[in-house]
Amino acid sequence: MPAVCPECEAALSLKDVIQGEIVVCPDCGVDLEVTEVQPELQLALAPQEAEDWGE
Amino acid sequence: MKVGVLYSRVRVEEKWLFEALDKRGVAYDKLDDREVKFTLTEPGAWLQYDVILERSISYGRGLYACKVLNAWGIPTVNTASVADTCGDKLWTSAALHKAGIPQPRLKVAFTPESAIEAMEELGYPVVLKPVIGSWGRLVSKINDRDAAEAVLEHRESLGNYQQNIFYIQQYIRKPGRDIRAFVVGDQTITAIYRSSAHWITNTARGGKGSVCPVTPELDAICRKAAQAVGGGVLAIDVLEDPDEGLMVLEVNHTMEFHTTVPTTGVDIPGMIIDYTLDVGRHKDQFRQVYHPVPHEFGDEPDPA
Repeated sequence: MPAVCPECEAALSLKDVIQGEIVVCPDCGVDLEVTEVQPELQLALAPQEAEDWGE
Repeated sequence: MKVGVLYSRVRVEEKWLFEALDKRGVAYDKLDDREVKFTLTEPGAWLQYDVILERSISYGRGLYACKVLNAWGIPTVNTASVADTCGDKLWTSAALHKAGIPQPRLKVAFTPESAIEAMEELGYPVVLKPVIGSWGRLVSKINDRDAAEAVLEHRESLGNYQQNIFYIQQYIRKPGRDIRAFVVGDQTITAIYRSSAHWITNTARGGKGSVCPVTPELDAICRKAAQAVGGGVLAIDVLEDPDEGLMVLEVNHTMEFHTTVPTTGVDIPGMIIDYTLDVGRHKDQFRQVYHPVPHEFGDEPDPA
């Protein structure tokens, strides 16, 4: 599925991704969140790490 | 059986968990913690869930969601009480101490002046950690008084009151690695060494994983640590002290396992799902309404 990085506008080709998944732009390295899968793939900048994030 | 999976981001761990649910043909909903809402007096549709697997990357969201769900009698993996204990390093240490589990010596202080006194009583180097936090954030190894003064001044300026709860641990001269062991229910299912040239060995900070045998000694301390915090699906961080042997450093309640699965070949997501389904099957036995202290601390005082 084709998509465009919202940070650097690189053309990405992703397969088997699901909504909510985090992918890394191979060109600029930013974390991207898959916000829509249908009808077309949409990507947004992933939320920044917060103080209470972890395991 | 209906399962809810509460999450913040779909990491590889969540993808594997969803796949394990699909493989077992279980009905489940993906619950994004940015979108969920709770009306405390009206559980409504939430009651459709037999169990909720909490995988929030945000400690606060996961903890408070479980508090509400447990208050409604909906079981969660893990429980709010376990999250409360594991999410606060001081509370974890208290639970480990109560259970007689070896851990690095610890001091707590509330002002920079008393914190420096505590550090000098322990002897440098010491490790200063936020009581709440993960992935090695703001964890500082302090080698001398100059460093202590600088770090404490920076901490004071951070604004969050929790940064002024000074959790000061003895520095353990570990052999370039620590152990991350996984406990599901009453079983230590697998473990890895996390090795790094840096004193912080978290895989989130570049530590490399390799297979660690689950010896009877490691198994025993890990199962005991899991029980001490309330039990469930837990990752135990263990240090090898050259003189005193195994020590538990911390217990993680929403652990990552993207390094451990390919390193060990153990089906951690499958085991987590099987445990979660078992909790859901026994939901009628779930009586653990959220209580602000772990059960171990809730013993009735002896009648005097």
